[in-house]
Amino acid sequence: MNSPVKEVHPPYIFPPYKSTILRGPTKPLLPMHDSLRSLRAPVFGQSVISKFDHDLTKNGIVNGEPIGERIVVAGTVSDESGRPVKNTLVEIWQANAAGRYVHKVDQHNAPLDPNFFGGGRCLTDEMGRYKFYTIKPGAYPWGNHANAWRPNHIHLSLFGNHIISRLVTQMYFPGDPLLEHDPILNGVPKLYRHLLLSAFKFELTEEGFALGYEFNIVLAGKNKTPFES
Amino acid sequence: MENKTDITPSQTVGPFFAYGITPEQYGYGYTQIATANLVASKNIQGERIRIVGRVVDGAGNAIPDAVIEIWQADSLGSYSNPAFLGFGRVGTGTSVDNSFAFETIKPGRIGNEAPHINVIVLMRGLLTHAFTRIYFSDEDVANQNDPLLVTVPVARKHTLIAQRVPQSHRVEYQYDIFMQGERETVFFEF
Ligand SMILES: [Fe+3]
Repeated sequence: MNSPVKEVHPPYIFPPYKSTILRGPTKPLLPMHDSLRSLRAPVFGQSVISKFDHDLTKNGIVNGEPIGERIVVAGTVSDESGRPVKNTLVEIWQANAAGRYVHKVDQHNAPLDPNFFGGGRCLTDEMGRYKFYTIKPGAYPWGNHANAWRPNHIHLSLFGNHIISRLVTQMYFPGDPLLEHDPILNGVPKLYRHLLLSAFKFELTEEGFALGYEFNIVLAGKNKTPFES
Repeated sequence: MENKTDITPSQTVGPFFAYGITPEQYGYGYTQIATANLVASKNIQGERIRIVGRVVDGAGNAIPDAVIEIWQADSLGSYSNPAFLGFGRVGTGTSVDNSFAFETIKPGRIGNEAPHINVIVLMRGLLTHAFTRIYFSDEDVANQNDPLLVTVPVARKHTLIAQRVPQSHRVEYQYDIFMQGERETVFFEF
């Protein structure tokens, strides 16, 4: 099977997820040259972040509060050696509480929420920590197979320090009965699927406001100090 | 030996990324961190170029919901020019033929490397992103000595080379990405 070199990642062709069949590369990947392995990623600073970008419970408000269960999603971004990835961009997007995306092509017959947009971003701090406020996303149906439903999930996109650190992924919620039926999550080798599950964390819960989920992210590549690079 | 932690696995960008990571292009009321125009600010040194292409699936159809990101050096071969970020992002599906187009500058040589642009390809149906490069058809000599390009089988090299479009009123290159098939683009490990 034609797979990315890192064994945690899903293979390019994974027939239970039908869209992979005509879209995944079929020829073996070529080795990356050393100059690429050390190539740094673009750096995005505070200039791309606005006041409520990290707070999806506020950044889409038109005339009231968004509907659904408010949650905190927080965690750390670190490299393979456990070093924090500081000041790195985290972008997220998700469905609303009813399982409906703002996206114009989303035809799911569930209500849009006029006060919820579903997109946001933030930078990690000096310790590699990030924190979003949002609404717990709903499950939604899709056309992959009969009665197919995506488990609750939040999409994330990160750059990290090097071009090989680039990661686009999805975060899931613990105990979701749809997880075992989802060919997208199950594209990940079984041993590593747990890495995409967030954990309910009472300590992240904010009294009278929101429940808390922790999702820690580990990016490929060594977090070199300026001295080493 | 240092203890390595398992990295977080990749998942598809999915079909509904537009309002999240390319909202300006698709007409949503939110800003995006980078667009298809890398030369929006006027005082950037270098030759202005346009790179046009399509992302094609195994059935030969142009894919209408892919995201292409490019990451390049400036005209002097530097990745750290404060006046030129060098990163661009575009989604497909907003033009009639599902093509994408970047407005940028031609990158300079970097040491013994031929001018090139790094490319990340994301889409529904791609559980892990694909990584490739753009080289330029009018850089024959440099291409022949590029340390990465020399590792590519001769018969597949053309998949990495953007073809300069003749008789265009501007400097334009054609660069299609084939996910599968006879002309499947060379993708690299990352
Ligand atoms: Fe989704």
